[in-house]
Amino acid sequence: MIVRGSVVKYGDNIDTDVIVPGKYLGITDYEELGRHALEGIDPDFSNKIKQTGILVVGENFGCGSSREEAPVALKYAGVKCIIAKSFARIFYRNAINIGLPIVVCPEASEKLDNGDIVTVNLAEGVIINTSKNEVYRTKVLPEFILEILKDGGLVAYLRRRLT
Amino acid sequence: MVAMNVVEKILCRASSRSVVEPGEIIRAKVDRVMFHDLTGPLTVKAFEEIGVSKVWDPDRVVVIFDHLVPPNSERAALNQRTIREFVKEQKIKWFYDIGRGGICHQVMVEKGHAKPGELIIGADSHTCTYGAVGAFSTGMGATDVAAILATGETWLRVPETVCMEIDGELGDMVTPKDVILHIIGCLGVSGAVYKAVVFKGFTVEKMSVSGRMTMCNMAVEMGAKTGIVEPDHVTEQFFKSKNIPYSSGFVSDQNATFDETHTFDVSKLEPQVACPNSVDNVKPVSEVEGIEIDQAYIGSCTNGRLEDLRLAARIAKGRNVKPDVRAIIVPASQEVYQEALKEGLIEIFLQAGALVCNPTCGACIGAHMGVISEGETCIASINRNFIGRMGSPRAKVYLASPATVMASALTGVITDPRRVAT
Ligand code: SF4
Repeated sequence: MIVRGSVVKYGDNIDTDVIVPGKYLGITDYEELGRHALEGIDPDFSNKIKQTGILVVGENFGCGSSREEAPVALKYAGVKCIIAKSFARIFYRNAINIGLPIVVCPEASEKLDNGDIVTVNLAEGVIINTSKNEVYRTKVLPEFILEILKDGGLVAYLRRRLT
Repeated sequence: MVAMNVVEKILCRASSRSVVEPGEIIRAKVDRVMFHDLTGPLTVKAFEEIGVSKVWDPDRVVVIFDHLVPPNSERAALNQRTIREFVKEQKIKWFYDIGRGGICHQVMVEKGHAKPGELIIGADSHTCTYGAVGAFSTGMGATDVAAILATGETWLRVPETVCMEIDGELGDMVTPKDVILHIIGCLGVSGAVYKAVVFKGFTVEKMSVSGRMTMCNMAVEMGAKTGIVEPDHVTEQFFKSKNIPYSSGFVSDQNATFDETHTFDVSKLEPQVACPNSVDNVKPVSEVEGIEIDQAYIGSCTNGRLEDLRLAARIAKGRNVKPDVRAIIVPASQEVYQEALKEGLIEIFLQAGALVCNPTCGACIGAHMGVISEGETCIASINRNFIGRMGSPRAKVYLASPATVMASALTGVITDPRRVAT
């Protein structure tokens, strides 16, 4: 799996209440959810990410509640891949389960800057920063997680296996 | 025999293995699964999309309406209707509709749906609360929970385990909430990411199940996968008093190892307050006394239990909430509400000029019953003070114990409850 785009970058400990405030939960129109993504820290986020696609953040991204609307909103806002120093665990699972590629890579999270053009190869664990001519390596995801991402999420993955 | 801690033992049982090691990914059988009205619609949708027709075991599923109760909008009402239909269709055994249960985590423990040694998954991040009765419980998202509904299984990364050794007798008006706020203040909001946290020591041994729930509830605020207290005589007594069958679960082997151990002496701890906008921005109450508040909120799965209401009532008795302040009290469940009524606590609150709402998550999630506007300050007994948590992103939320919240409601400024208590 290969994802390409340019970078939009924010800081550490961005929580799920900021990604999607409680008042928007229950909205089942995902495009609408996407328009509210991250509006707490950047009202212009959903416009920016459409042009760029790669969200780079610091530590503990997605801490807080179990709301799956958080990765869903980011995905529908136009995020193609998230690169972080670390993720909160429920968010990490949720992102994979809805088929949103995410990568833990402290080095990339530090070195990537707004506007950098990157290529992320998930199966090989490689991130190429074309703008700065740098390569960062990350752990390769377990096979079954790659499978889930390839299928577009856990639902599709299970549907293929169980039915 | 490899020495194992309580967390590893539970995961061994759940995965039918004789050893598990931190970092390993295991497949585990789930003993119980829970979802509520807010995570329910996505769970049901994902379940239907998977395409299996029946829930793996309807007796192991618990559905609880608590977040938007009663519904605050047509959308919430429709979502609840959808879940109600799903519950009927799938013959789910444990369904707590409006007026029957209360806040999901309180109901899970109080009705005996969480037991020592079990693996419990809930579609809510504070599912980690049931560690208070020796269960391994953790929150997941709606799709994970839908997958469990379909298969009865899930994957888990075996967590490293951190031990919190807490010693010392707590002073009057110093509560388990103050202890956990203090710990989070020391370790930070990412202090235990992905790890399991075991709470041990004299202070924990003396704590009721209610106090232990407050501690385990907030383990997730350090990023932990779960918090847990090894079952003991307090746990056993709790089940016996409720006439719920009890089995003792697991405790750590004598020579079990932990990834890290942190020790705390809380004998001189003063009441603690987490300041905006982060749960680890914790200060002793003496440093924040005098900050003006608009609203005081006592409730939630963290601190809306009988013990909490008793403490608040002890402070409120015969006094009045400051005229410029709204005090809102939300019992965590119907059971808590009834007990509080019997004990006369509700009357004390009403006479003091507080508003008592029905059991619900309410303003804890900033969607209902006590939402705050920009420029307002609230002191609350809840577990999160993230930007926008209780309403406007330009409001301020301070977290404290029910004692500190009630003391502040009476004076209109953040107040050390030890000053006001009689
Ligand atoms: S009371 Fe608050 S923290 Fe607890 S389940 Fe409800 S919304 Fe979540």
